[in-house]
Amino acid sequence: MSRPMLEIEGLDAWYGAARILFDLSLTVARGEAVALIGPNGAGKTTTMKAIMGLVRRHARRLSIDGQDVATLATFRIARLGVGYVPEDRRIFTDLTVAENLALARRPARAGAPAWDEAALFALFPNLAGMLDRPGGQMSGGEQQMLALARALVGNPALLLLDEPSEGVAPIIVEQMIETIRSMKARGLSILISEQNIDLCNAICDRTYEIEHGALRPGGLVEKNSSRPQNE
Amino acid sequence: MSFEAFAADWPLVPALAFQAINGFASASTLFLVAAGLSIIFGVTRIVNMAHGSFYMLGLYVAVTLAPLVPGPLGYWGAVLAAALVMGLLGALVEITVLRRIYRAPELYQLLATFALLLVINDAALYFWGPEDILGPRAPGLTGSVALLGRRLPEYDILLALIGPIVLTVLHIVLTRTRFGRLIRAATQDREMVAVLGINEALLFTAVFALGAAIAGFGGALQMAREPANLLIDLGVLGDAFVVVVVGGMGSIRGAYLAAVLVAQVKALCTALGIIEIAGISFNMSKLTLVAEFLVMAVVLILRPHGLFGRPIPPAHHRGSVEAPLRPLTTTGKFSFIVIILGLAALPFLGAAFSYAPVLALDVLIAALFAASLHFLMGPGGLASFGHAASFGLGAYGTAFAATSLGLDTITAFAFGIAVAALGAALLGSVAVRLEGVYFAMLTLAFAQIVWSVVYQWEDVTGGSNGLFGLWPDPPFDSRTGLYLAALAVTVAGVMLLRYLAFSPFGYGLRAARDSAMRAEASGIPVARLRWLAFIVAGTLGGAAGGLFAFAKGSISPEAISVGRSIDGLVMVLLGGVQSLAGPLLGAGTLTVLQDTVMRETDYWRALLGGLILLVVFAFPGGIAGGLALLARRGAGR
Ligand SMILES: Nc1ncnc2c1ncn2[C@@H]1O[C@H](COP(=O)(O)OP(=O)(O)O)[C@@H](O)[C@H]1O
Ligand SMILES: [Mg+2]
Repeated sequence: MSRPMLEIEGLDAWYGAARILFDLSLTVARGEAVALIGPNGAGKTTTMKAIMGLVRRHARRLSIDGQDVATLATFRIARLGVGYVPEDRRIFTDLTVAENLALARRPARAGAPAWDEAALFALFPNLAGMLDRPGGQMSGGEQQMLALARALVGNPALLLLDEPSEGVAPIIVEQMIETIRSMKARGLSILISEQNIDLCNAICDRTYEIEHGALRPGGLVEKNSSRPQNE
Repeated sequence: MSFEAFAADWPLVPALAFQAINGFASASTLFLVAAGLSIIFGVTRIVNMAHGSFYMLGLYVAVTLAPLVPGPLGYWGAVLAAALVMGLLGALVEITVLRRIYRAPELYQLLATFALLLVINDAALYFWGPEDILGPRAPGLTGSVALLGRRLPEYDILLALIGPIVLTVLHIVLTRTRFGRLIRAATQDREMVAVLGINEALLFTAVFALGAAIAGFGGALQMAREPANLLIDLGVLGDAFVVVVVGGMGSIRGAYLAAVLVAQVKALCTALGIIEIAGISFNMSKLTLVAEFLVMAVVLILRPHGLFGRPIPPAHHRGSVEAPLRPLTTTGKFSFIVIILGLAALPFLGAAFSYAPVLALDVLIAALFAASLHFLMGPGGLASFGHAASFGLGAYGTAFAATSLGLDTITAFAFGIAVAALGAALLGSVAVRLEGVYFAMLTLAFAQIVWSVVYQWEDVTGGSNGLFGLWPDPPFDSRTGLYLAALAVTVAGVMLLRYLAFSPFGYGLRAARDSAMRAEASGIPVARLRWLAFIVAGTLGGAAGGLFAFAKGSISPEAISVGRSIDGLVMVLLGGVQSLAGPLLGAGTLTVLQDTVMRETDYWRALLGGLILLVVFAFPGGIAGGLALLARRGAGR
């Protein structure tokens, strides 16, 4: 059981001819929440897309729960239990909340928390009341909740969360932190990209710092380490 | 007042009403083709040029199967079987061809599916022969109903109902089934569908099969109305394009509404018959094509994404970024001069080469035509599917000036070029607001309008016969004189295009092509530059047309049909879009092929289609790209 949920070694990625990621390595252990922080344009989003197989990439090792996924198509990676919430959410605006969720539902899997209706709506009570609303008629915060819920109904073992707090009101961020903490408490492994240090500190066990497409040397920070925190 | 008396006072009213009901029958047919085209585009972002082929094959399959079993079972069984067979064929085509081009640039997708259309057409020729094949009439529905003093066939009433029925069924499938929700979701964001663990490839195959089956169903239903023939694939495709674009790509109800609109406009034209405007009489029933395309142009100007369309979200995988153009090296300049000198020497080589100048003249005209189109496609990034319009305006302008106006050769040529430039300026002012497939379709539509005006306006254009007896004045009256003049015009045109491509104008165009938004932000007047590029391309395309008119001594509508637009695209693609020499190489290769191999066979369409597929799949850089690759390998890099 000690095999990591996500293991990346020597990851490179490209958009067309432009190389964006350089020899990136990181791991997420089972049940762990890991943050990827770095300035805009550092390559956080690209890292997540590379894991999902949405950009051209190459890696010495790219595995999910021990399974090599370096050459798999996106849908196969998803079926191995990876949920992905992109930074621009990308919910289906034409489809209702219920339809968005129905499309994403996948069978429960061993070793991952299962999200039936009850568990899901306990976490997102607002969504239960707007099942018939088209995604396009929801507020930004509601859309973010739907994007999270949509990823969860796939019953993933690993969740990739790209800047969940971006463009969300501070009060909703508070709420979101609680939501993500309870997801983690149920055993979900999470890789989260953030610029909001408070959110990282509240949720994550470890932090990787990324800059110009590569990990900053010494940029891995264990929680409660001696590295000086703000204040 | 009795109906008869009313009808006697207002003869047009029952005619209009009758045609309106007829229009709904045609609308159903249009809708059945357009619906599949629209769904397929929505999900896969591919404009399937071969969609009319499924319609045509559906009809062929139905007329073949129906006589096997007598009675209604044979008829309706054949209709359903045809739909099923087309669904299977659609799946096969998707797996073998389309799957390879989803990430290719738009132009390649359009051309590859057009290649399919050509291959399927020749396959039908091979299996069913060139003769029209009549199908049986629908058992039990051969009668007619009296309506407004006329008789309306029962079958047409059934057809009129089938459109709304299919629309309803599709609507239910799209909103109530998982498959339908997947289609709607993928239409918005197919990448996200894959992220949710859904096998995109399987979905695409299913969607393509569904679209093909509906088209095949529509074709099979025509069994009682028209014979199966080899012309209906392209014919119905043009109509379906208009419908899909007017309705909005990807919208099913838009497609039905637009089908009704287009069919009613056509019906109205037919009902009006011959009318007189400003002393010129127009036979409106022959102007249906123009009317239809005018509807499309108006809708696109008012609503660039169609009645129910929305801006198309960019496909998340963009085609490859174009390599920068490079100016000629010294060796390149030297070879260019040697080639020109060699071409100039051709007529003086003697009897052994007597055919060479004739062929070379064709090549020169094609080269100028392809180079002008390339200017728009390469540096401009706008693939026109209607460059034949420029060619036609130039050719007819020149021919009209030389014959009817009696102008001398040079003035007539200049007149033709001016007509082409004017036409380009006019269309360009609308077209440059659009991009991608919408631009391709609007230019195609405009070319169809030009074609159909030419076909109709007998007093000026000579109608279907065209204009002939076009003799250039000395010194251009000899074969050599004309050839050398054409060489001079072509060289001048190509050099002008080169000069422009490397001028600030050209740089601005390329910047706009690579990112219109960024170019606009840095102060480049994108729309204006594109408009100018459109005019430049149209003017030189017109020059090619003028040369053509003199070279053949005549010009007919056939020479300016959609085939010429496609030839131009194939030349550019075959030679290589990313090089200025590409279109010249492509023009030479395709023209020589057409004048030699393709002339010898009935199956030239399949050959051309095979050639296109070969380029798209195996040599996307074209000949120029292949040569550059060889040169780099040779240099040991
Ligand atoms: N679609 C794209 N095409 C080309 N370059 C891109 C694309 N998306 C992002 N980039 C570039 O990749 C780099 C990393 O971007 P990204 O991964 O989005 O950073 P982050 O998420 O850390 O802000 C940036 O320099 C950005 O400009
Ligand atoms: Mg980002």
